[in-house]
Amino acid sequence: MVRLNTSIKKAIVLGSGALKIGEAGEFDYSGSQALKALKEEGVETILINPNIATIQTSEEIADKIYFLPVTAYFVEQVIKKEKPDGILLAFGGQTALNCGVDLFRQGILEKYNIQVVGTPVQSIINTEDREIFAGKLGEIDVKTPRSYACQNMQEAYAAVEKIGYPIIIRAAYTLGGLGSGFCSNDKELQKLASSAFSYSPQILVEESIKGWKEVEYEVVRDKYDNCITVCNMENFDPLGIHTGESIVVAPSQTLSNSEYHKLREISIRIIRHIGVVGECNVQFALDPHSEDYRVIEVNARLSRSSALASKATGYPLAFVAAKLGLGYGLHELHNSVTKVTTACFEPALDYVVCKIPRWDLNKFSGVSKNLGSSMKSVGEIMAIGRSFEEAIQKGIRMVGLGMHGFVANKQEITIDQIDEELVNPTDRRIFAIAAAFDKGYTIDDIYAKTKIDRWFLHKLYKIHALKEELLKSNTLSELNDELLLDAKKAGFSDFQVARLVLDATDKEMNDKLLEVRRHRQAKNIVPYVKQIDTLAGEYPAQTNYLYLTYNGSEHDIEFPRDNKSVIVLGSGAYRIGSSVEFDWCSVNAISTIRKEGYRAVMINYNPETVSTDYDTCDRLYFDELTFERVMDIIEMESPKGVIVSVGGQIPNNLAMKLYRQQVPIMGTSALKIDNAEDRKKFSALLDEIGVDQPRWSELTSIDDIYKFVDVVGFPVLIRPSYVLSGAAMNVVSNHDQLEHFLQMAADVSKEHPVVVTEFIELAKEVEVDAVADKGEIVAYAISEHVEFAGVHSGDATIVFPPQKLYVETIRRIKKISREIAKALEITGPFNMQFLAKDNDIKVIECNLRASRSFPFVSKVMKINLIEIATQVMLGVPYTKPDKSLFELEYVGVKAPQFSFARLLNADPVLGVDMASTGEVGCIGENFYEAILKSMLSVGYKFPEKNILISSGQARSKLELLNSAQMLAERGFNIYATEGTHRFLRENKVESTLLHWPDEEDQKPNTIDYLREKKIDLVVNIPKNYTKRELSNGYKIRRNAIDYNIPLITNARVASAFIYAICKYKLEDIVIKSWDEYKA
Amino acid sequence: MTEAKKVSLVLEDGTRFEGKSFGYDKSIAGEVVFYTAMTGYPESLTDPSYTGQILVSTYPLIGNYGVPTDQMKDNIHAHYESHKVHISGLIISDYSSEYSHWNAIKSLGDWLKEWKVPGLYGIDTRALTKILRMKGSMLGKIEFEEEPVDFYDPNKENLVAIASTDKKEVYGNGEHKVVLVDCGVKNNIIRCLINRNATVIRVPWDYDFTNEEFDGVFLSNGPGDPAMCEQTVANISKALKIEKPIMGICLGNQLLARAAGAETYKLKFGHRSHNQPVLLAGTDRCFITSQNHGYAVAPESLPADWEAMFINVNDNTNEGIRHKTKPFFSTQFHPEAASGPVDTEYLFDEFIENIVKYKKGK
Repeated sequence: MVRLNTSIKKAIVLGSGALKIGEAGEFDYSGSQALKALKEEGVETILINPNIATIQTSEEIADKIYFLPVTAYFVEQVIKKEKPDGILLAFGGQTALNCGVDLFRQGILEKYNIQVVGTPVQSIINTEDREIFAGKLGEIDVKTPRSYACQNMQEAYAAVEKIGYPIIIRAAYTLGGLGSGFCSNDKELQKLASSAFSYSPQILVEESIKGWKEVEYEVVRDKYDNCITVCNMENFDPLGIHTGESIVVAPSQTLSNSEYHKLREISIRIIRHIGVVGECNVQFALDPHSEDYRVIEVNARLSRSSALASKATGYPLAFVAAKLGLGYGLHELHNSVTKVTTACFEPALDYVVCKIPRWDLNKFSGVSKNLGSSMKSVGEIMAIGRSFEEAIQKGIRMVGLGMHGFVANKQEITIDQIDEELVNPTDRRIFAIAAAFDKGYTIDDIYAKTKIDRWFLHKLYKIHALKEELLKSNTLSELNDELLLDAKKAGFSDFQVARLVLDATDKEMNDKLLEVRRHRQAKNIVPYVKQIDTLAGEYPAQTNYLYLTYNGSEHDIEFPRDNKSVIVLGSGAYRIGSSVEFDWCSVNAISTIRKEGYRAVMINYNPETVSTDYDTCDRLYFDELTFERVMDIIEMESPKGVIVSVGGQIPNNLAMKLYRQQVPIMGTSALKIDNAEDRKKFSALLDEIGVDQPRWSELTSIDDIYKFVDVVGFPVLIRPSYVLSGAAMNVVSNHDQLEHFLQMAADVSKEHPVVVTEFIELAKEVEVDAVADKGEIVAYAISEHVEFAGVHSGDATIVFPPQKLYVETIRRIKKISREIAKALEITGPFNMQFLAKDNDIKVIECNLRASRSFPFVSKVMKINLIEIATQVMLGVPYTKPDKSLFELEYVGVKAPQFSFARLLNADPVLGVDMASTGEVGCIGENFYEAILKSMLSVGYKFPEKNILISSGQARSKLELLNSAQMLAERGFNIYATEGTHRFLRENKVESTLLHWPDEEDQKPNTIDYLREKKIDLVVNIPKNYTKRELSNGYKIRRNAIDYNIPLITNARVASAFIYAICKYKLEDIVIKSWDEYKA
Repeated sequence: MTEAKKVSLVLEDGTRFEGKSFGYDKSIAGEVVFYTAMTGYPESLTDPSYTGQILVSTYPLIGNYGVPTDQMKDNIHAHYESHKVHISGLIISDYSSEYSHWNAIKSLGDWLKEWKVPGLYGIDTRALTKILRMKGSMLGKIEFEEEPVDFYDPNKENLVAIASTDKKEVYGNGEHKVVLVDCGVKNNIIRCLINRNATVIRVPWDYDFTNEEFDGVFLSNGPGDPAMCEQTVANISKALKIEKPIMGICLGNQLLARAAGAETYKLKFGHRSHNQPVLLAGTDRCFITSQNHGYAVAPESLPADWEAMFINVNDNTNEGIRHKTKPFFSTQFHPEAASGPVDTEYLFDEFIENIVKYKKGK
């Protein structure tokens, strides 16, 4: 019956590289699923992906892994070597797709006779080119937004004649939407179009569909032309905000049957016409006042939306898409949840899911916070409920920005300009709606300003009204049981109830919310566990994919309570500072737990992860990681223990709260975690065991701080305790900055005071990732930063094993680590950061949990630290690795990936606050080959000819002198800004002077050279001297980003990179798979 | 917020669910069935096949887009599947008292009140569905306080007689004359035929249409047990001898099968959803279909000159039959959709093609 595409014996899968804005963890999930599907069919798999922190780049997932850039050149080298017969392009996001199109256009696929598994490349090209795309859809009578290119005002008027107002004008060939805007009449057209023509010789006049509903369908097709739509999704935010920036619900809520099925039928017509085999995503705009529609976009690959749809429905889209590519029909595959029904069906949901993006815009200086047509969010969450209110309130908490739901948030968070926020939304619009209700705005008022469908607004209003009701009670005994139940059904947390009814202050909160908890439990107001089974209960399903709801009256499952379950707390939304690396840690903890014969229970809510794949663990609670929800699950499961040390800071922060409820925490005691997290306690401990640390003081008053600074001198580092990727952490160099940042830091957390630390310049930063058992270190990895201390460890370029540390430094660091492990009685994973200057070692941080670099060091040394840590925590036998880190005959380098191009106006500099969105890790024969591979993997290129150097202060000028000499010797043209030019001349290195951006009339000018793309690499080392220097430096950096020219802003990274490109040519780079590097 | 009345749903096995009323406050009894579609409550509620049934929606959020206008087109309702709400009662989890849609004129609650149909919300419809799945569709009653009511089994009645029309009526003005045997027909079947250049002659379920002037026969969907419709089966048997093209849907499939000599039986809990996969027999073509039925054709009882046309991929039940040589076929699912996916609407084209061929060959 089953006739497979048997010609494929060996296939390459392209990954998506480092996580970046617009391309994040979802592709680890889809790639892993594809690899699993291929393996099941006996196909040998070769994965190319430099993202070392992913699950897919793990031993058991692919047969061979190449940590190499996903570009046509490197893929061709791997093809030459591996001689595969197939390639999969649809599972690594836009990166893999673009690479596939390049391979196709360069004739590489044909040359090596490689078959594309799944959708043909020509179909992909047809969806990528806007004009071909519109033409293709026209052939099947499908509407796309009407658009006309115009060369002059006359043509613009003619276009409007055809389209009718309102219209949108876009100036062609400009960056960042310059000259674009909406026009509703001739007058506005005249004004805007004439201005646009001044920037650009051509403008596009398009019909405006702003304010229409945005709806997406995930469509699947097999080679027999069978089609299904797995899911549709509706954006809460109407058209105008990128779908990645929108709150999204699934299934659609405001579409009638005829609208739903009209769009569904069109989706199927499109997938057939384009000829996709596998999965594609169709985005629609739907008129809110009729059934009129436009197709906005088609993605002929797995996407963020398809990952969301998979999690929202339980339908494994990527897995099925890979199988269809191999030649299966949909009806020949099983529904992997029910096991008895077919994969040729459309999931029926009996719940509603709500996706909310996670933004970290506060981490960037200068960036616009307005949401629009480009994506800025760095992660997302998915909340599941049986009412919209329940789902969205859960979701707002899951985002993890300190909000407790739609209402009952901190009083300090006020929205001053409600109208502005409603009309021109930022990441806080949902709270502006809450504020608007408080101010008495009606649903119609808000609708007029936001065009958010009234249905959503009515639901939000219901939450607001419940809040008002709750406020009427002042004690729990006054509180009506039915009202409390209604509130819980609408997603109110115990925290919200405590705040609204008991008026609990932050300080009393821990006790008060427990009071609410006990009260409602006594009244039997408790949540129920429901399964996600893809068929709304129609067929029995043994699924372990679960969520909790108050809109129910019975559990779908039973709880064995046999002391065999271990709960692992996951890492929540991807954000700057916590991303796929913690998913790797979670997944490895889970698999170890299962291997050791225990049941692994996962709690996490991030749809972009592998840990939330229901077949990864024994039970998946796709739910909140709040104290309340975690306790709910713990009380039901009665686990043997809870692991809080593999999911990053969110579970770590829960340790003490859970401990106080007598929850068995596995591994290091919660008290010791608190000892390490609480700066004061940790410092006292260091003093006690005689370990040095930078001098610091805790802020109690501004005066005391000034006194302290007088002693240690500027610069100083300021930060609150319980940090996550350095929120509100900063280095300040003078009194003005100090005062400013103290204010900001105090805003972050009242519960934990702010500390000021002396900042040691020119120090090396060293990290230890280790596992200890009852205070004894059993495995460890020491790595060093390329940059000097001052660059956040998440943004640092990290080398492992260390190449430039003194033996004495390493010896001392090992000794201190041992002492601390002993003092804190560590059992499980931990990470420490040190400053090293002339063998003088200071401890700067200690986390009693797995760190961001665990997957990197584990994979480079081929010792899985999480596996050992988990065994240690479970108390089962383990093998202590006997390898010494110096035995490695190769070097790993981890490099950060930045997403500045997506963040309009943000200054692309590095500091103590983390800014990178992802990372890669590559292995090389030596440091330079490894750093070269890593940097090529995050988008750097071999410069062809021209390099601009603007080398900052004297110290970095010196650092770069050798590099400049090497470049000059090798015939590169060096361009330099004034000071650098002078310095190079003094040192007999030839360079061409380019004037500063603000010297506009002085030619040649830096900005012109950047805009004309005459520069192949920019080295700009920022210095914070004068306003002018700051602004000139900013302009150079920003233009480099905007014109897509590689930019390096750290002197030590620059000199390493330049050394590497001088020493190696592209062809010299060794193409070796991970397993070929022998440990 | 106005206080909603408390009301219970009691199943014949004694299970009791407590909910709140959002429809008409009246106790009622019927057969409790669940459906898993996520859209289309206006269509489902007016689907005559649900006559006598208390409908449980597994999708929890209902009422979101209100109820569309009652405007007429071609002498039938443009947005409803019949002239009235047919269900006996509606059970949901979360009711949207505030609706939002450009085409809506009233809330679902108001509409139910208008038709004197009770509606309950605040019920764990998943828990209820699991009971129905395990024990099968069962009798149930919606009871308001101090208004007891007895269980009632609608399947013991001839529901078709209730759901059908009482007079012959003609729709459209196309060149193909199609007799539509109305066993409780959905309007979209009439629309699908009119759109394909047919004149639809709608006749009551027990009407002997064989003496009418027609080019083809259409056997509609309808409620209840096909064994109740002996008269219809007798008429169809006569029509089979005339050899003009026949197409049937749902109950029409079962009646055609019985007329051909096959048997029908009651499914445990039926198929009521928009996501049922059916395979066109002998091919790799699989379609997602809309379904609403509690009875099915026993394919092994089909006579030798008939064969299964479609098969349900999930549970292998029969989804349609056809005559091996003559232009007779029928489907258990609903090619006319409304509500549900429209992937199999092409079958109406095949029916019309059969008529065209028949006319040519005559």
